[in-house]
Amino acid sequence: MRIALVATCLGDAMFPQAPRATVELLERLGHEVVFPADQTCCGQMYVNTGYLDLALPLVRHHVDVFSGAADVVVAPSGSCVGCVRHQHAMVARRGGDEELARAAEDLAARTYELSELLVDVLGVTDVGAYYPHRVIYHPTCHSLRMLRVGDKPLRLLREVRGLTLTELPDAEVCCGFGGTFAVKNAETSTAMLADKMANVLSTHAEVCTAGDTSCLMHIGGGLSRLRSGVRTVHLAEILASTEQGVTA
Amino acid sequence: MTTTDRGRGAQRSRTVELGMPTVASDPHGHLRGREPFPVAAHRALADTQLRQNLGHATRTIRAKRAAVVGEVDDWEELRRAGECLKAGVMARLPELLEQLEASVTARGGVVHWARDAQEANRIVVDLVRATGADEVVKVKSMATQETGLNEALGEAGIAALETDLAELIVQLSDDTPSHFLVPAIHRNRSEIRDIFLREMPGVDPDLTDEPRRLAMAARAHLRRKFLSARVGISGVNFAVADSGTISVVESEGNGRMCLTLPDTLITVMGVEKIVPTWSDLEVFLQLLPRSSTGERMNPYTSTWSGVTPGDGPQAFHLVLLDNGRSNVLASPDGRQALHCIRCSACLNVCPVYERTGGHAYGSIYPGPIGAVLSPQLTGIDGPDDVNASLPYASSLCGACFDACPVRIDIPHLLVQQRAAAVAAHGRPTAQDLAMRAAAAAMATPGRFSLLERAMKLGRLFGRSGRIRSVPGPGAAAWFGARDMPPPPAETFREWWARRQERS
Repeated sequence: MRIALVATCLGDAMFPQAPRATVELLERLGHEVVFPADQTCCGQMYVNTGYLDLALPLVRHHVDVFSGAADVVVAPSGSCVGCVRHQHAMVARRGGDEELARAAEDLAARTYELSELLVDVLGVTDVGAYYPHRVIYHPTCHSLRMLRVGDKPLRLLREVRGLTLTELPDAEVCCGFGGTFAVKNAETSTAMLADKMANVLSTHAEVCTAGDTSCLMHIGGGLSRLRSGVRTVHLAEILASTEQGVTA
Repeated sequence: MTTTDRGRGAQRSRTVELGMPTVASDPHGHLRGREPFPVAAHRALADTQLRQNLGHATRTIRAKRAAVVGEVDDWEELRRAGECLKAGVMARLPELLEQLEASVTARGGVVHWARDAQEANRIVVDLVRATGADEVVKVKSMATQETGLNEALGEAGIAALETDLAELIVQLSDDTPSHFLVPAIHRNRSEIRDIFLREMPGVDPDLTDEPRRLAMAARAHLRRKFLSARVGISGVNFAVADSGTISVVESEGNGRMCLTLPDTLITVMGVEKIVPTWSDLEVFLQLLPRSSTGERMNPYTSTWSGVTPGDGPQAFHLVLLDNGRSNVLASPDGRQALHCIRCSACLNVCPVYERTGGHAYGSIYPGPIGAVLSPQLTGIDGPDDVNASLPYASSLCGACFDACPVRIDIPHLLVQQRAAAVAAHGRPTAQDLAMRAAAAAMATPGRFSLLERAMKLGRLFGRSGRIRSVPGPGAAAWFGARDMPPPPAETFREWWARRQERS
């Protein structure tokens, strides 16, 4: 299958491991990945901070870049896909552009978060990965409650050879990131992060994984500050790992 | 936090014996606090006792709710039914209100219309004065807390006694409620014992913090008042338009005392509390107790229709309160906030509420629903309006929507109210300029690549493998508690380009 990749602005600029792993994983499974190089950002931060007018050109740009790129679009980010699926058409309609809203809806219907693409579209749970570590999974809020990915990421992780999956207590509670919330309400965000980290550390896991780079940046940033010794790794990186290692 | 600023203000300028805060000068009543959410949250987060009390209470209620919701096979269908009924009510609210007025009047009640909090208070004060009473008993009512009725009564020399246990605790300690359902959720039982010993006349000096002993002390205190009060004041959970039936749902039996013993009953309801027919109660009386107290059935559900000669109050007044609700109704999306049945499930599941408590929201309506309802009721009056900070008091985690028994899309309304807050800025703020600059950088691929290259300068800060701080506005808020990895040597698009060249 020909699959267009949304690298996500954060993944492209700060955490290229996640989109790289997505490419390697999908190619290993025999699919063709294209990266439309004109892509920038889905506009989520602007929408969720209340700047819907600033998001409108970004929505238009995203729809222009991806509409003809491939039959199926994937992003290794629950929140970016959440924005595409649940907010792009709303932003377009609010801006009075019904044509864009329809195009955004059409694109949204073909846009998947990585675990959705693998399980629902490609019909695979065993991706042939090998990752000999003790891992906990944090189901990010937008994957869980906006996209309803359910246990798809866990089904993928359970098939990874060598991996020990441990349950994270209160896993479904937000880590406190929330985009600009982490800065605008930094103290409340930190209080939420403290509880998330306490739960992470209670499991004695080596690795905390999730399907969203931004939440991992938050949890990982806190774990690093504490010098906790626990690292955060995107789900795509685990699924891309094999006994031969990651070939990026 | 023991009291809010509002509470402290009340202590300084207290004129009322029973000590509720003084009358709000805002015509909207208590829909605005005095400081933005992050400032109030700063204090709450540092109050370790508050944090423990809230954490314990919300965890307990969450578990109870989850258990009783889980046992209903058609819970999702019930939620959808509640959503549809409420949407139908909002679509024809004016017509239903006139129908309610006609049916209440036909059964011997008197209906009053109040534009805002001040007008509602004036109506109620005049009605109480006309009876000659100088004391009223109240069963918990969010609407009269919204209007600041107790303060208005106090200024008129009329003492208002709250009869719900938690409301009594709040009232005795000169405090303000911090939760719809458990207004003293921020207190633990030893604090409550201290309040009773300090403030309750004639209380047993050997009172312990055993819940039963505390409840019996309150009972003895209240019973005398129930028997002597000539006027009762209530709120409304549901008002049935076609029969004129009013329903109040409570857990302690104090409601039935207030609703039946006095000669005069005055009921204040927000105009959105209407349901078209009696049979619609079937849906809400299933949704509400399971969502709020985590009970299968509500303990005390009172319903009455107008006046029954020789039985119960012989004068019944219904005050219909707008206080901004017409403005909310005018917003096609925003009106969903009026669907709220005040169950407080969204408060109990909200990770922000759990950590800051209700006082941080300023408005009498806290939590996720308060964050979308309060700014809509008051409107957002410029960038310095404290209610402009409420829609941002959420990480948009979405737990509130999943818990809401009438499926209010609170995350969407939060975003919508953030847009309203931005629209009220007038002159561009620092945040506006930063967001515009960032959006401009993202607008074209060329500029975005340029930005990525510029970001690599950040590697200078991260030579130890992590960045602990960087200069610049907003950075301190992030780096107060979190590191950041240094930007990568190669962005994804650079890697992709290199790979394409190779192949």
